[in-house]
Amino acid sequence: MSKLVEIKNLHVEATTDAGRRIEIIKGVNIDIAKGEIVALIGESGSGKTTIALTLMGYTRPGCRIAGGALLVDGKDMAGLSERERAKVRGTEVAYVPQSAAAAFNPSQTIMDQVIEVTRIHGLMTPDKARERAIELFKALSLPSPETIGERYPHQVSGGQLQRLAAAMALIGGPKLVIFDEPTTALDVTTQIDVLKAFKSVMKAGGIAGVYVSHDLAVVAQIADRIVVLKGGEVQEEGTTEAILSTPSHPYTQELLSAFEPKETQFAGKRTDKARPLLEIENVIAGYGPIQADGLPFMKAVNSVSLSVEKGRNLGIIGESGCGKSTLARCIAGILPASAGNIIFDGKELDHDARRRSREALREMQIVFQYADTALNPAKPIEDILGRPLSFYHGLKGKARDARVDELLDMVRLPKALRYRHPSELSGGQKQRINFARALAANPKLIICDEITSALDTVVAAAIIELLKELQRELDLSYIFISHDLSVVEAICDEIMVMYRGEKVEHLTREDVKSPTHPYSKLLFSSVPKLDPTWLDTLVLEPELVRQYGGA
Amino acid sequence: MMQSAPSTSAAPGIFGYTFSLVGILAFAVILFWAVVALFAPQIAPYPIGKIVDMDYFGPMSSKLWLGSDYLGRDMLSRIIFGARYTLGIALAGVLIASSSGVILGMAAAVVGGWFDTALSRFMDAMISIPSKLFGLVVVAAVGSSLPSLILTLAFIYTPGSYRFARALAVNVNTMDFITVARIRGENTLYLAISEILPNIIRPVLADFGIRFVFIVLLLSGLSFLGLGVQPPLADWGALVHENIQGLSFGSAAVIAPSIAIASLTISVNLLIDNLPRKIRDRSA
Amino acid sequence: MNSEIASMIGKRLVIAVITLLIVSFAVFFATSMLPGDTATILLGQAATPDAVAGLRHAMHLDEPAVLRFLRWIAGLVTGDLGTSYANNMPISKLISARFVNTMELAGITALISIPFALTLGITSAVMRGTLYDRIVTVLTIGVISVPEFMVASTAVLIFAVYLKWLPAISFVNEVHSLYDLLRMYAMPVVTLTFVVSAQIIRMTRAAVIETLSTPYVEMALLKGASRSRIVLRHALPNALGPIVNALALSLSYLIGGVIIIETIFNYPGIAKLMVDAVATRDLPLIQTCAVIFCAGYLILITIADIIAIISNPRLR
Repeated sequence: MSKLVEIKNLHVEATTDAGRRIEIIKGVNIDIAKGEIVALIGESGSGKTTIALTLMGYTRPGCRIAGGALLVDGKDMAGLSERERAKVRGTEVAYVPQSAAAAFNPSQTIMDQVIEVTRIHGLMTPDKARERAIELFKALSLPSPETIGERYPHQVSGGQLQRLAAAMALIGGPKLVIFDEPTTALDVTTQIDVLKAFKSVMKAGGIAGVYVSHDLAVVAQIADRIVVLKGGEVQEEGTTEAILSTPSHPYTQELLSAFEPKETQFAGKRTDKARPLLEIENVIAGYGPIQADGLPFMKAVNSVSLSVEKGRNLGIIGESGCGKSTLARCIAGILPASAGNIIFDGKELDHDARRRSREALREMQIVFQYADTALNPAKPIEDILGRPLSFYHGLKGKARDARVDELLDMVRLPKALRYRHPSELSGGQKQRINFARALAANPKLIICDEITSALDTVVAAAIIELLKELQRELDLSYIFISHDLSVVEAICDEIMVMYRGEKVEHLTREDVKSPTHPYSKLLFSSVPKLDPTWLDTLVLEPELVRQYGGA
Repeated sequence: MMQSAPSTSAAPGIFGYTFSLVGILAFAVILFWAVVALFAPQIAPYPIGKIVDMDYFGPMSSKLWLGSDYLGRDMLSRIIFGARYTLGIALAGVLIASSSGVILGMAAAVVGGWFDTALSRFMDAMISIPSKLFGLVVVAAVGSSLPSLILTLAFIYTPGSYRFARALAVNVNTMDFITVARIRGENTLYLAISEILPNIIRPVLADFGIRFVFIVLLLSGLSFLGLGVQPPLADWGALVHENIQGLSFGSAAVIAPSIAIASLTISVNLLIDNLPRKIRDRSA
Repeated sequence: MNSEIASMIGKRLVIAVITLLIVSFAVFFATSMLPGDTATILLGQAATPDAVAGLRHAMHLDEPAVLRFLRWIAGLVTGDLGTSYANNMPISKLISARFVNTMELAGITALISIPFALTLGITSAVMRGTLYDRIVTVLTIGVISVPEFMVASTAVLIFAVYLKWLPAISFVNEVHSLYDLLRMYAMPVVTLTFVVSAQIIRMTRAAVIETLSTPYVEMALLKGASRSRIVLRHALPNALGPIVNALALSLSYLIGGVIIIETIFNYPGIAKLMVDAVATRDLPLIQTCAVIFCAGYLILITIADIIAIISNPRLR
């Protein structure tokens, strides 16, 4: 096979706040054959996007290529002048960004932007370009391909924009397309359509690709080869099959094992006599002006009931906008429900947290998705953990210090962290502190709102393990909210599926493999598997997709 | 846009902070004027009211470093004493303006509802009165004694400080850690002082500096119009006002106080742009 | 979508009117706080109580403040601007000629400074980090940081004292030729242009830099677009709203500048009239001038907001 791309001993430097230069890419070598799709996989900060962008001779502000060669079809992108690089961009190497919503200029129509490449490089007449664009829209199975180009970016959905961005990249007839996490921001049911569209046009045109992602299962569907990166260095490289079946590097093994469901002991079968810890009956909540019937204009949660038993976990799953987070806020009293009952530990709770007793507030804690905004950046960890201790339990001085140490120990963090500020901690450490603060209250129920979604796979898996261990030690119950089925499956005894503000199905662990509601079926079957043949063999009922599909 | 070279002329870090040369120089100038204002009676070579030169608008000489003014008084001494009024009035004004702006702004953000709406609408209306015009109107109404000048300046710049602090506080208020504190059962005062204030204090201090510059400029402008500090007292703006006839022969009596104002305001602006920066990549 | 734009513009106009009402109210009451009785001040300490009472009644000073405010506002709306205390002339007569003078000064300044400053602001943003950008930035910070009278006196020192090109003072009644006219306007306009341009440059530069760091500008770069195309097609159309806003805000510095400039150059405009009125405590005149200035500023800001609403592609 002839090589299209040769990255030889690439070094990239970044300039820090203090004006110091540090190396972020440390001598990387990657080859790509013509028509081959190579995935760059790694966690945030591994340098995968930086490497991909250097193939266009581009580095983000503050970074620069410090050494090495970047041969793309014989030309060294590192050595070209800015003018020569501009000639290559869009025609030979094209880019599909992570967030198409941000990468489209809001003040121009989509068509103008899709055919801009042909204008810049004088590739064809505008009429010809428009025809070609419509062909691409069709190939990417976009709805109403003839007219979608006349719209402005804010008038089409996220999944469509992502495919339009691919059309924008393909119109110049590139030899290499760089995909920068193009489906990360999408829901799983939308992701499937986009992935399928990408794969078919890339294969049909025999175009080589660099696919940057953190999601091994997504990459397995589209890539021929996988390069595993960490800390700016290549850890392992091989065909997709080889990496998935016989990973040799420990880091790759760790990545893969994060996908394996861990065998854990779940609570026994539901005992009927047990009194539920939390019962929600016909709760309605939402936003906007209150209507004549006393209900909000926009109902985000519509007449939902559920119950959580002591020592058992309930998972709530659904896609963005399904109302799962609103439901969590409603249970916690942050967004007072407009109707329904919330019964906690046998007592009816006020809908508004401000009117709940301090004891009721203490027993039910909520942990948010983004530890960055959930921890006060101006306070050291000991103050963050210490405040609930003195607020709820009246602890002071030595007793408080000892309890802070205990909490840090419980979430497996070193005691020395107590003097640090949140900004000095890693993402996983911050999320552990976030969780420890909830533990400080000695709660009976913890509501976890997408707490692993912002974390890298390996880190997230460790957090889930921690949660399970703490549950055994402390007799806790969790409500676990997530868009990720595998996460919910890993920890929950029961799973509730939400769609457009309503509860569509309630499943136990035993029947999670066989959902009955059509939406649950679509949702569950859309979760990518590590099997490289999964996408190609996946058959979704067209009727289902039309009714519930995201795009 | 492309690889822009690092423009920091950073000195080596001390205590985890970097200091830039410009910032240090600017701080030195501000410190210099603060010392001059504090120890004016000890430093000034002549009493401010004393006529020491037979000639008016006398030239710079070894006896009179900055020449003499329109009555033949020593210009250097008058500028040294003028520092007291310019710095003192502006500092008092900005302290009142910023503290009331921050208190009201945080209150509006935390309390919300109609209190926020009404206060913000009123403050927005006040902002839409150009500051110099506002100054003229209030001076016409309440006169220009020192206390009323300070209150006037504070009143004119409170709405801006309010809007700035409120915007910051509203941003912080949407953060999850505030929600966490709220549903822990914390009261409004704790939320404002312990959760919000530490997160807005740095930009608020920078705003304090910028507002100080605004107030110095407005005070100088009013005094220049003869409506600010009244004789026999004189701040730097008033010194320019009383010696303006000297402009046509390029007298130092007009130029020197102008330079004094500029050195102070430019230094404060430069200091804010070049504050010591925390080194964030220690572990890297 | 168009009805949405219309309702947003309508809302903006209502806010402008409410703001103007609040402002007039504030101006009226600020000036009514005057310590001492206006009638006594006008007639002097020796006036008989009867005369004072008569004047108070004639001036409606014996009525409640709210009633006086309403009477004043009604007068403003119908064109009756009241009578000056100082020389008993109708204020409309005092103002009209001078209003035109001020508008001329402001208009010429805006005409020169807007294109000049926009060019400098945009180019320095595009060439960010270069020597050119740093020089522009340092000069703007310099001009912004010093009082207007210092800019004016520096201009006088250079052009009138050392170079002797221009007269230091404006005299409108001595105009005999175009040359005289140029010489008369040159100094105030040059000074005001400096003051206003510095503000426009600073805010325009910030607005353009912000759009230049958006993902869609990076995307255009990765499509191979030239720098001029990136700036003209992608950055500027999206920076239009913020730039217009910056212009309106900067033109408000015209008002502050005009007050100082008219005084220092003895220019017979409305701002000079107002400064003189403050010196003589001619309250009706101060009130009217203040409201005229505030209204002018509000009109500018409102126009800017409406342009920003119309130019927002998300509302199309």
